[in-house]
Amino acid sequence: MTFEYAPAPESRSVVDIAPSYGLFIDGEFAPAADGKVFKTVSPSSEEVLSEVAQATTDDVDRAVKAARKAFEKWSALPGAERAKYLFRIARIIQERSRELAVLESLDNGKPIRESRDADLPLVAAHFFYYAGWADKLDHAGYGPNPRALGVAGQVIPWNFPLLMLAWKIAPALATGNTVVLKPAETTPLSALFFADVCRQAGLPKGVVNILTGDGSTGAALVAHPDVNKVAFTGSTEVGKAIARTVAGTDKKLTLELGGKAANIVFDDAPIDQAVEGIVNGIFFNQGHVCCAGSRLLVQESVQDELLDALKRRMQTLRVGDPLDKNTDVGAINSAEQLARITELADAGEAEGAERWAPACELPSAGYWFAPTLFTGVTQAHRIAREEIFGPVLSVLTFRTPAEAVEKANNTPYGLSAGIWTEKGSRILWMANKLRAGVIWSNTFNKFDPASPFGGYKESGFGREGGRHGLEAYLDV
Amino acid sequence: MTLRYARRYAPLVTMPITVPAYGKEAAGRLASMAAVTADDGALRRFLHGLPGVDAVGLEARAATLGTRSIKTTAKAYAIDLALSMIDLTTLEGADTPGKVRALCAKGINPDPTDRTTPKVAAICVYPDMVATAKEALGDSGIHVASVATAFPAGRAALPVKLADTRDAVAAGADEIDMVIDRGAFLSGRYLQVFEEIKAVKEACARPDGSAAHLKVIFETGELQTYDNVRRASWLSMLAGADFIKTSTGKVAVNATPPVTLLMLEAVRDFHAATGVQVGVKPAGGIRTTKDAIKYLVMVNETLGEPWLTADWFRFGASSLLNDLLMQRQKLSTGRYSGPDYVTVD
Repeated sequence: MTFEYAPAPESRSVVDIAPSYGLFIDGEFAPAADGKVFKTVSPSSEEVLSEVAQATTDDVDRAVKAARKAFEKWSALPGAERAKYLFRIARIIQERSRELAVLESLDNGKPIRESRDADLPLVAAHFFYYAGWADKLDHAGYGPNPRALGVAGQVIPWNFPLLMLAWKIAPALATGNTVVLKPAETTPLSALFFADVCRQAGLPKGVVNILTGDGSTGAALVAHPDVNKVAFTGSTEVGKAIARTVAGTDKKLTLELGGKAANIVFDDAPIDQAVEGIVNGIFFNQGHVCCAGSRLLVQESVQDELLDALKRRMQTLRVGDPLDKNTDVGAINSAEQLARITELADAGEAEGAERWAPACELPSAGYWFAPTLFTGVTQAHRIAREEIFGPVLSVLTFRTPAEAVEKANNTPYGLSAGIWTEKGSRILWMANKLRAGVIWSNTFNKFDPASPFGGYKESGFGREGGRHGLEAYLDV
Repeated sequence: MTLRYARRYAPLVTMPITVPAYGKEAAGRLASMAAVTADDGALRRFLHGLPGVDAVGLEARAATLGTRSIKTTAKAYAIDLALSMIDLTTLEGADTPGKVRALCAKGINPDPTDRTTPKVAAICVYPDMVATAKEALGDSGIHVASVATAFPAGRAALPVKLADTRDAVAAGADEIDMVIDRGAFLSGRYLQVFEEIKAVKEACARPDGSAAHLKVIFETGELQTYDNVRRASWLSMLAGADFIKTSTGKVAVNATPPVTLLMLEAVRDFHAATGVQVGVKPAGGIRTTKDAIKYLVMVNETLGEPWLTADWFRFGASSLLNDLLMQRQKLSTGRYSGPDYVTVD
């Protein structure tokens, strides 16, 4: 007999998904102007979860007008009053965290262990953190009485739907802005549930507006002439298009885009923990993480033992039902993303890298990709240069610290990096040389609302989180 | 580290065939590592060359494994497995033959209302109680484990420790739980600790050529750092430990999940390098079924199936048994009973 874990599914009954949802404008749900809808499916089963409205240009205009109307009163409220709403939202999120975690796993495909233990606690923490800033803006380092910008148009991705919403909305509201937010096309539900949280918290109408839709809705939102601030998290390609749209206007812009982070392991690293960090770096959230450690740079002298240990560890990853509490790796978010991952992985093989994946049975329905490792990857391979945004790790080697820095920086991106060594002085030396917004030492994918997050180069500009995150929403 | 150390220090490059630490072949495997234990300097260089342990990362990994949800059939399996791995322990100054006999009776037949309940692995006592326990256990198949070597402090001269060990073995002990000299370890006299373990191992031999199995207790609460625990693990395994054990249960901090995970990793690496299979015994502080299952999950996901038996994993515990029995009753009847429905010994 073997120790087989019996299924341990989290109950779906804690979340009540309506068959259809409208747009959340001026405190009310309403259908799109032309009545168009689209379906959102669960990527682990392809089951249709609900139908949501496809917002048109008219809807965008209506939402921006509602936000503009609400802005006058909202921005004039004393900071301590705005803080009360944010604290209330944070507490409601904590109270409803199980429901929201199940919803997020259903709509996104991520394992419940992550939505429960990472996403939701961070979402609440972000609102708590910025609630604390609301009445202390005079002391944030931007001079006395810093002013809000106005209406913020925010477009967020599908990888951490609710967490990215929190990163956008919490600082915007704390600083006195009002918001029109568009969640990703494949993961609209948690934003719509957040609309309900806003109503429950008694947030004044129009302060937060949620528009569901596809790329055209997002494009209309960022192009709207009465939007003062555009914040976008997503692909570099779309980010560039937004930058072109916004160019020549007085809109303030922050972009948090792609990444191809180097996770650098030296021969004196704590090997077991480095292996955990590598696994967490690339297989957390199925690798759908902009700061994922998708390039493993390992010192040649330790390459064999590290890869042996990594492969052994990857064999214990449990891939499957996102709602099972013992699942480590869930479903790929969409058929489109699965096709992109498959295409890049095939390119890796075609270009001569060696592909390895543990034996694992993937469910027949839904979108799945086994955790995959490529060895023998060089800087010239596509899988070393392009963001895969999936559970695919490219392994490269280096001989000296200088070479590690050179290779790590040799990418158009610069969002994050990891350093694994027991030598403290080397960590500091490396951190100064690496051109990346976030450097983790002897850990990876650790987030905290007090810590600013953002990129260099094509990974975008502007910072979210911490005191720095306030600047993006203040007229300074 | 595994293959690197294998390559560097031993001729065994590819994964060798597994041999048990207590078998005759193991001695040969250890002899192949003799270069690293040749003198104090070599041993120190080896132990300090082991990869460091990042405390935050280790604790995070142990915590994540602790979130595994073990339900229904898996839980039933885990409870019976945990029961069969218990070293049911009484180590009190107030121990009497009566108390030891009662504990033995409970070990043989833990739940009088359900004869399908597995018996425990061993009864763990002080050396002077070995004969009593041996007699009480008869041919039940349950081992008698005896602490020795001036347990728990270990602060006695080597001849005293060896006499203590020989005494327990002569009285019939199947297993000896020795303590390392933490003072020597912390002051960097690694070879002294190594030689002492070797000497105790020799003292475990019986006249007929067989030997009591040796468990080596680190008292991890006194070693304090994870780096020390990894070094103590390798040092003990190189010296011939059949089992490595966390604690005596007599200090403030006993077995913890991160410390046990680290020892499991050391056993895994030692096995990869030498092929020698060594057991692990967390002891002290494991009181609930939930805790025990967390440890079994760690074993399952670090060492796997070959270690999921009482031959290679033990719980040093006393109050854990009754909690396992109550959970077992709950699974079979669907109701929680209470402490009055399990025996108090």
